[in-house]
Amino acid sequence: MSTLHLDAEALYADLLAGVRTLMKPGSVLVGIWSGGAWLAERLQRDLKVAGEHGVISSALHRDDFNSRGMTAAADHTKLPFEVEGSHIVLVDDVLYTGRTIRATLNELYDFGRPASVSLAVLVDRGGRELPIHAAVSAARITLPSEQRLSLARDATGRFSFDIKGPN
Amino acid sequence: MLSRRNPQLNSHGELIHLLSIEGLPQAVLNQILDTAGSFLSVNDREVKKVPLLRGKSVFNLFFENSTRTRTTFEIAAKRLSADVINLDIARSSAAKGESLLDTIANLSAMHADMFVVRHSESGAPYLIAQHCAPHVHVVNAGDGRHAHPTQGLLDMYTIRHYKRDFTKLTVAIVGDIVHSRVARSDIHALTTLGVPEIRAVGPKTLVPSDIREMGVRVCHDMKEGISGADVIIMLRLQNERMSGAMLPSAGEFFKNYGLTPEKLALAKPDAIVMHPGPINRGVEIDSAVADGTHSVILPQVTFGIAVRMAVMSIIAGNNA
Repeated sequence: MSTLHLDAEALYADLLAGVRTLMKPGSVLVGIWSGGAWLAERLQRDLKVAGEHGVISSALHRDDFNSRGMTAAADHTKLPFEVEGSHIVLVDDVLYTGRTIRATLNELYDFGRPASVSLAVLVDRGGRELPIHAAVSAARITLPSEQRLSLARDATGRFSFDIKGPN
Repeated sequence: MLSRRNPQLNSHGELIHLLSIEGLPQAVLNQILDTAGSFLSVNDREVKKVPLLRGKSVFNLFFENSTRTRTTFEIAAKRLSADVINLDIARSSAAKGESLLDTIANLSAMHADMFVVRHSESGAPYLIAQHCAPHVHVVNAGDGRHAHPTQGLLDMYTIRHYKRDFTKLTVAIVGDIVHSRVARSDIHALTTLGVPEIRAVGPKTLVPSDIREMGVRVCHDMKEGISGADVIIMLRLQNERMSGAMLPSAGEFFKNYGLTPEKLALAKPDAIVMHPGPINRGVEIDSAVADGTHSVILPQVTFGIAVRMAVMSIIAGNNA
């Protein structure tokens, strides 16, 4: 167990406030599978955005395919709106190296050319390996590289953080 | 090096070649089917391509002709962004007397990353897998009477798509089973995925009794064979593989084993009819059935591309 305390529900309230400032008329929310998709689903509801939120997977554009092979097989991208020309607010639980975001942007472009893409995350844990920046991050923390941080959701829909690896 | 246990799997149990469905664990089959599901939607995108095999060279080695299978492998490889080289081997080096392994050595020197192999000799893809460099992957696209694993997998994808649960199904495979590598691959896959009743239906000359050893029920009577079936897989009568008098005539075969609307009425009301193609109308299947509401023959072709994308991307991502 880690001694690090992260209250995912409290951070979600901050994320909600931040995303509200990013939304323009006609903006659409797209969550990165899986943690980001849960966040986008709840944001869509709390911000009373019309229609359905999008879900995006980085699996087909990952840069570690040659070393890790096909990983998440069953998740797929669902973008129930026109990507071409839209303002997209991309949502994820944890921002780390930036490689997932790079792959996700390539995936997004397979569906069209968006007018703009901004990024909102619950936690920015530093350690960037690419020039990628979140417009909104509810928390900034540092973690040892061998620790894995991800969002979990219980049956009632409440969020918590899962930290795996040595302290 | 190749594992002695199953040459298709590496030491972590991951798929590195696809040579036969026989001996593959259920988890591997499910991984392929799940992955195919995510590739099916690639066809709906503005950009119908994903970069997983970018920079890789896939060589289609067809020692035996097959336009459809070769084309679907080519489309699948191109949708994965691979460079595809089609070699009509039957008419080139093999005809000049070059041995199979010499051909492979030469193509390996051209930096092939994957061989998709069709050969009239059972076991040819195994031989290639055993002699190619460790980074090269081999997919069997049909070898002799032995196996046609991607057809078997696309059949499983089709069944899962329409029927969801394998564990309650009755599946009838009808026709020329003795010559059919598709039937063999289907039987192995259906068994691994937990189908409780598999029937092999056809005349004694085309349905050998030793097929019972694969755990199937042999039916020489068509009505018995398809009654209550959820899935009917019709096979093509392979005239080109027949020697001697195995059948009285195509007309006689159609009368007894051809799938007509009347015979289809004996199956479950929501039964699906499949066929690996190319179909012989009026020989093994009536046009009214081939074009009817139970037929899923054309969706099989579409699913086949997604399944081949899944196989190629999975094996290319796993190291020997």
